[in-house]
Amino acid sequence: MSDPNKYASPEQLRYAKVLSVGVIVGFVMLVVSFFLYVTGILKPLVPIAEIPKYWSLPADQFVKVTHSPTGWAWITEVGKGDILNLVGVAVLASVSIVSTLAVLPIFARSREKIQIVISVILIAVLIFAASNVLARFH
Amino acid sequence: MRIRLSRLWWVLPIILLLAFGLAEPAFAAPQAVGHGAAQAASHVPWWVWPLALFIVCFLLGIVAVPAGVGGGVLFVPIVGGFFPFHLDFVRGGGLMVALVSALAASPGLLRVGLANLRLALPLSMLVAASQIAGAMIGLILPAWIMEIALGIIILAIVVLMWTAKKAEIPDVPRADPLSQALRIHGLFHDTANRQDVEWHVHRTMIGFAAFIFIGVLAGMFGLGAGWANVPALNMIMGVPLKVAAGSSSLILSMTSSAAWVYLNQGAILPIIVVPSMIGMMMGAMVGVRLLRVVKASTIRKMVIAMLLIAGIRALMKGFGF
Repeated sequence: MSDPNKYASPEQLRYAKVLSVGVIVGFVMLVVSFFLYVTGILKPLVPIAEIPKYWSLPADQFVKVTHSPTGWAWITEVGKGDILNLVGVAVLASVSIVSTLAVLPIFARSREKIQIVISVILIAVLIFAASNVLARFH
Repeated sequence: MRIRLSRLWWVLPIILLLAFGLAEPAFAAPQAVGHGAAQAASHVPWWVWPLALFIVCFLLGIVAVPAGVGGGVLFVPIVGGFFPFHLDFVRGGGLMVALVSALAASPGLLRVGLANLRLALPLSMLVAASQIAGAMIGLILPAWIMEIALGIIILAIVVLMWTAKKAEIPDVPRADPLSQALRIHGLFHDTANRQDVEWHVHRTMIGFAAFIFIGVLAGMFGLGAGWANVPALNMIMGVPLKVAAGSSSLILSMTSSAAWVYLNQGAILPIIVVPSMIGMMMGAMVGVRLLRVVKASTIRKMVIAMLLIAGIRALMKGFGF
């Protein structure tokens, strides 16, 4: 391989760079928050020893019995050990949105309208899924 | 050095079957509703489960890479079949495991042209949208229907893995107009033949339709969609196999919509998700090294056998056995 950049376009290289940074950040957050959770340094919303009583219930019943937050309500409980882990989960679930946003300027410079439209639709679908608007129809 | 494991590929599935089969009366909880039923599974110390999950996912991560399957397609049937968690949480965990595995692999694949962003963007757009529908369906349907459907899907995957003949570099005489408009083409270095390979695609519209269907299934079962992405890319659209596998991983990393649905519904439990993700990622690192010394076909047979057991198990649970 004489020139590594001939295998990857500029937008690919930028996407890869942003993605790798986001993955490292999200993963570190997840590991640290999980450590705080299982060691009890941060008190959880649902006591960890109680979880096995409920994890065989369907998710909606688990939420009801344990009074766990749904939608984005978990943001208000990030001080709890179990809920803090969701920050890392959210970062990892969002990193592709940030990476796609990062390549839009490159598509704009090369006037690739189709790729811009596709990227914007993808970002919109992911934000829609993240927004919990769907809960109203569930 | 190649280790001759070809005659021993059945060992791991049998160990899995015995270990969980003997332990199941103490470990597995019924999917029946009710506080009493849930309490029946609680006399094992809580830390046993995350630890067992970590170990199982580590082993799954090792075999997933050489077998060419994603973590999710192994995670959901095996954890769902042999651990006491409700299928909602197993599917949420499966989606996160598949997502993290794909996120970890994608940057490296993009840099060497084994994943293609222009190919992945439109397909991801379709999968992300259809995954949402699939996830909503999956959370509405009763568990027993999902178990039966999961069993059928897993057994279909087994058949597909056993019979599918994939082409390393398919013959694509000409790029179709849609792929030309989207500028879907690329170049990668084929290390086996020590040459650069240019590629383009055809049957793009049919490929798009296939990915919509794949997205619905992925959202419903929390499987991740690598098992279907690679054949669709390679056999329908004519993408070279290595680029198909790499782009499949990229598509998985871009389509987190179902994971958001599960997160918003409270179906992501850190005590399940985090040990699984860490175990799977560490196992994948070992799996990459294992690929050098063990024949991929041996691992593949092992995985097919494990999936066969897990698929039958899911069917049995769905029918109440």
